[in-house]
Amino acid sequence: MAKISLVVNGNPVTATIDPRTLLVQFLREHLRLTGTHVGCDTSQCGACVVHLDGKAVKSCTTLAVMADGGSVTTIEGLAAEGAPLHPMQEAFREHHGLQCGFCTPGMIMTAVDMVHRKGHDLDDHTIREELEGNLCRCTGYQNIVLSIAAGARAMAKSDLA
Amino acid sequence: MYEFKYHRPTTVRQAANLLAKNEDAKLIAGGHTLVPVMKQRLAAPPHLIDLTRIDGLSGIEMKGRALAIGATTTHAEVADSATVREAIPALAELAGVIGDPAVRHKGTIGGSLANNDPTADYPAACLALGATIVTNKRRIKAEDFFQGLFTTALEADEIVTRVLFPLPKKAAYEKFRNQASRYALVGVFVARMPSEVRVAVTGAGADGVFRLTAFEEALKKRFSSKVLDGLPVSAEGLNSDLHGSADYRAHLIGVLARRAVDAANNRA
Repeated sequence: MAKISLVVNGNPVTATIDPRTLLVQFLREHLRLTGTHVGCDTSQCGACVVHLDGKAVKSCTTLAVMADGGSVTTIEGLAAEGAPLHPMQEAFREHHGLQCGFCTPGMIMTAVDMVHRKGHDLDDHTIREELEGNLCRCTGYQNIVLSIAAGARAMAKSDLA
Repeated sequence: MYEFKYHRPTTVRQAANLLAKNEDAKLIAGGHTLVPVMKQRLAAPPHLIDLTRIDGLSGIEMKGRALAIGATTTHAEVADSATVREAIPALAELAGVIGDPAVRHKGTIGGSLANNDPTADYPAACLALGATIVTNKRRIKAEDFFQGLFTTALEADEIVTRVLFPLPKKAAYEKFRNQASRYALVGVFVARMPSEVRVAVTGAGADGVFRLTAFEEALKKRFSSKVLDGLPVSAEGLNSDLHGSADYRAHLIGVLARRAVDAANNRA
């Protein structure tokens, strides 16, 4: 067993875990943060994307023990409970950037990371290239791309990063 | 995933001692190859040695006339590095097309080289640029380092610490991706070095990355894609699988090599 301490959505967390525990298992099963999904479980689909130390990573391919000392943001941490949605979440709602919704948490976490790295003015081509590691099995990409472009612009005017 | 004991050394020496002491121990950095194969139970190392907390294993700098990249430097760091973009833009571009953005945040150059996946991108760059792989014990030339599928010259207790790349006059990498896995079905790295031209091919060879000497000789006389027109590529020793026949891969090598030479020549 291994003891880990990390910050999840701003809250300090300490736990003793089997080193085999994947970060996504730790988030979902230990912390009950079930917004982060497991789709393919083979680092292809991106449903499990969270931010680790400010960078988008696939939590199904990250050992929780290796996140020790780090800071994790999940879809639940983008906006405070009861507060207005994060601008990227709001953009997905407004532009209908989801159908079944399974890929949505990963899409949004990837989109926010995209804005952090590429800025607020994202063209179609950039968004589609950057979505390489996120799959939507409903194939609803058109509105996902629209949502991300709108969310990126809205983030420029928001206090939420 | 089977059980393992997790170790977190803070120096390369500690990591090497752990490797020497524990049979079948595996090193982990980004873990984006090792964790998936452990999940599938294709690998079951009893010990995992985490290299990511060792100071000095990560980073990018010019060392004399060579570009030095630390073993645990991620693909994203290489792709975004102003130093790499200036010294060897083709290398930054190569790092920027590995996997996807989230994978590039975790995967490392040292891990890619030590794993020597026959469809990995970095081995082509190392072989074409004549890189030197530095370990805790010695320096290994790229041509001696890669020894077939998932096989390298690394000894059981040897750890890659950094990679030294000589600077080319011109270079480019072109890859044709497998539509499903997005790995290189074929990738060709062309480098015009001060005294020679080197062409390395990944994804195609049944024994992993290899150099294409016939192309190198032709390009040494004149560094233009025209000299490759009509130059045959043998399908012998190339992979044939459901993704593409050996003949198809041989054809792709010619196409991608010409594109790479053009891209190298067109770079401002």
